[in-house]
This record gives sequence, structure tokens and C-alpha cells, in this order.
Amino acid sequence: MGAGGRPGVISTEARPKLASKVRLRYDRRGERYMLLWPERGMVLNPTATEIVKLCTGDATVADIADQLGAKYPTQPRDVLEHQLVEFLTSMADRGLMDGTR
Amino acid sequence: MNTGPTRNGATEEHRPYTLVAELTYKCPLRCVYCSNPLDYARHDQELDTATWLRVLEEAEELGVVQLNLTGGEPLIRKDLETLIEKARGLDLYTNLITSGIPLTRERLARFRQLGLDNVQLSIQDVTAGESDRIAGLRSFERKMEVARWVKELGFPLTINTVLHRENLGHVPDVIAMAERLDANRLELANTQYLGWALANRKALLPTRAQLDAARTVALEARQRLKGKMEVLFVVPDYYRDFPPACMDGWGRRFLLISPDGLALPCHMAHSILGLEFERVGTRPLAEIWSSSSGLGKFRGTAWLPEPCQSCERRDIDFGGCRCQAYHLTGRLTATDPVCVKSPDHGLVELAREEQGTDEELIYRGPNLKVPQPV
Repeated sequence: MGAGGRPGVISTEARPKLASKVRLRYDRRGERYMLLWPERGMVLNPTATEIVKLCTGDATVADIADQLGAKYPTQPRDVLEHQLVEFLTSMADRGLMDGTR
Repeated sequence: MNTGPTRNGATEEHRPYTLVAELTYKCPLRCVYCSNPLDYARHDQELDTATWLRVLEEAEELGVVQLNLTGGEPLIRKDLETLIEKARGLDLYTNLITSGIPLTRERLARFRQLGLDNVQLSIQDVTAGESDRIAGLRSFERKMEVARWVKELGFPLTINTVLHRENLGHVPDVIAMAERLDANRLELANTQYLGWALANRKALLPTRAQLDAARTVALEARQRLKGKMEVLFVVPDYYRDFPPACMDGWGRRFLLISPDGLALPCHMAHSILGLEFERVGTRPLAEIWSSSSGLGKFRGTAWLPEPCQSCERRDIDFGGCRCQAYHLTGRLTATDPVCVKSPDHGLVELAREEQGTDEELIYRGPNLKVPQPV
């Protein structure tokens, strides 16, 4: 997957960043992170939280996959990258992630 | 900690994620479908700044993460800056829901500095003539200017256009306008027939054919603009077979504070006679949430009548909209008449048949004599 993959799928060279309307917020009551945008919200699981925090607009998708790989050495790198791209693509389709096209 | 339900039926699943702060009922516009109650003028004793600040703090404590600053027209409040600053300090996602009137670019820039997250601007139609007629005020050109300021200042922009018989055919143009204004989000929200819209129902209710055509256009735009602009299309309850879960359920996910401080489950609940709601400032918000009789009145499903009680949608729609049921039938616990299973569904069918009758529009204003439900 990655550059030259199927249309609409994020390239590994892309530098994703939360869209301007979206904010990451810690939810004290639920002890978890949430994404908030106008009139909507989404609870993130710990892995999604980690990914979102790495989406700074500086790191490429490949960089992020490297960082996740270092953290989860038992996971095959291609599986990690595949899951990462899937997650970011769904976020971008919902208008929650910029810098992906 | 798992505890049982409180005195008014609040459980772990009753958490207000969103606080709707109706700061004032004053508004320079006089929209014919305004969702404020017909007797809004009775609630003109507005909360002071200190009370609002305390409400924001206590709401965040209670679990609120989203704040909608609305009204009336929230820009009328001179302390909006103070409230935005406080909301940012509490890390609330803050959305200003506004007509854009009256506003200067400087004031909007100040909101940006103070941490306002999103601006939702209402635009009534795509031409000045039509838009201003519905709003009862020359305002369209100014709204265009405000939309440009919003984007120039780096805010995300939501455009909200309320749809009805006279503008449903303009939906392609509304979408084009939102694209031109570089909106991040477009709410195509059909009128719901409560409050002023109920008073103007004959003039505003569309045909099913109009609605279907507009929905097709909106869904096409949603696909085409995926990832660029979020396009929402909200159908009127009157053309659904089953009601949606109004406010995600009574006193469950939303808390609304009226300009005079009533803690409500929605923007119309204080128009239901016989319910008791509490005023903020008398005791902590958390206590009001868990013991106000009004907020607990329709929590859960135990109160539901037939045909709801034995319906498989019981836990999906909770009997539908209470305000709609009350204002159409005069009964507090009636099944929402928009539901095809409701014994009162004929009222909605009749309203659909009557649509299109030429009626003079009633503009929002403080002096309407409020009709009581039949």
C-alpha cells in the first residue's frame, strides 16, 4: 500500500494533521481521549489516541508507522502500516484529518 | 463507581456531553421558523455574567465537553468575550451559533484570540430578497461579509440553512454558495414544526416530492465533497415514518440553559405546561441534573405509553419528541404523532395535506398571543 495505491488512499509520504475544526481533549470522567468537532465527538481507543498525537503535520505516514513499530516490536511492520493507513483514510473521509491528499 | 439511578432517574448513561447556552432571546432577526418558544418574552430576566461563568464551570465538572453559545442572538450579550475565554480555560469545544448580526470584524478577531473554536452562521436563502424576507430584516449581504471574515480569521465555518417549502428547490444553490464561502460544514436542516414554525406550518411545510429531490442533491454533494465539506441533511420529522430520538433522549446527553436560567432537556421543554424545571444558581448544576423533576420526567422508558411500550423501537426513539407530542395532542405522554403507529398520526397526515395553503407569515416577535394545544 502507500504511494500509487488505490485512489483515495493516503500516501505514506503524506503528512497528516488534525483538521482545523477538530480538537483532541482528555476526558477526565471517562479517563480517555476524545476528538471534538462542531456538534460531534468521538471516543478514541488508546492506539488511536497515540496515532492522533503523532499526526503533527511534520511526520509522514511512514515516520508514524516507524514510531509505532518501535513501540510495538512484535507487530509486523506492514500490518501496522496497513492499519494506520486505513485509520487515517477513514478520518480523512470524514473531514477530520488534513494533509492527506 | 456503579450506583443506582438517582431520584429523577439519572444513571451512568445520563451524562450531558453538550451544554446549549441560550444566552438571550433577543434577536434582530424575526425568522418565521424560529425555534424559540412563542412566549419567549416571558423569559427575559437574563442571567448575569457571574452566573454563566459558574454554570460553565459546573457543567464541565458534570461531564460537558461541547458548548454551544446560542440564543436568540448571542452577539447581543456584551459579555460574550468573557464567556468564550472561560470556556477555553475549561477546554470546552466552543461553537458560536449566530446570525452574524450585529458583528464587527474586530470583535470576531477578538473571539478568535480568546479561543472560540467554530462559527456557525445562519443564512436563510441564496438571494438577498428571499433571505431577508424570511429573516424579516435586511441582513443577507452582511452575512456574506461575516462568512468571509470567519474564514479570513482562520475559523472553521459551518453554514446553517433552514429548509422549507419556499427554499427546498434552492438546495443546489445553497450548496454552491457554501462551496464559494469555503464552508467546512453545511447543515441543511429542514424546519421542525414547533414554536414559530408550528404557527407557520401551512406556509412552510414542503411536499414529499420537494423533500426527496433536495435530499438526492444533498446526498450527491456529500459524496462529491467528502473530506472537504461535511454536508448534513436533516429531514423534517413530519416526513419520517418513525421519530428520531429527540436530543438523543430526554435529559440524557444534552443540557440546555434558557436565558433566564432554567435547566432544560431541550430548547422547547418549558413550553410544556405542568413540568417543573429548576433555575440555575439555586443549587449546584450536578444536583439539578440528578434531582430536577422536569429533567427526569421522561428519562428512560418506564413512563412510555402503548404502542411505544411494546414497540421494538422503544430504546431507539424513546417515544419521540415530547414537545411535538404535547403541542399536537395536548397530552404529556402521548406517542409522538409523527410515528405511523401513533393513534394520533392522522394529525400529521392532515398537516401534510394542508400544506401549501397560502397563509400570511407570522414573524417572530414578543407580542404573539400563545395558542394552547387542542
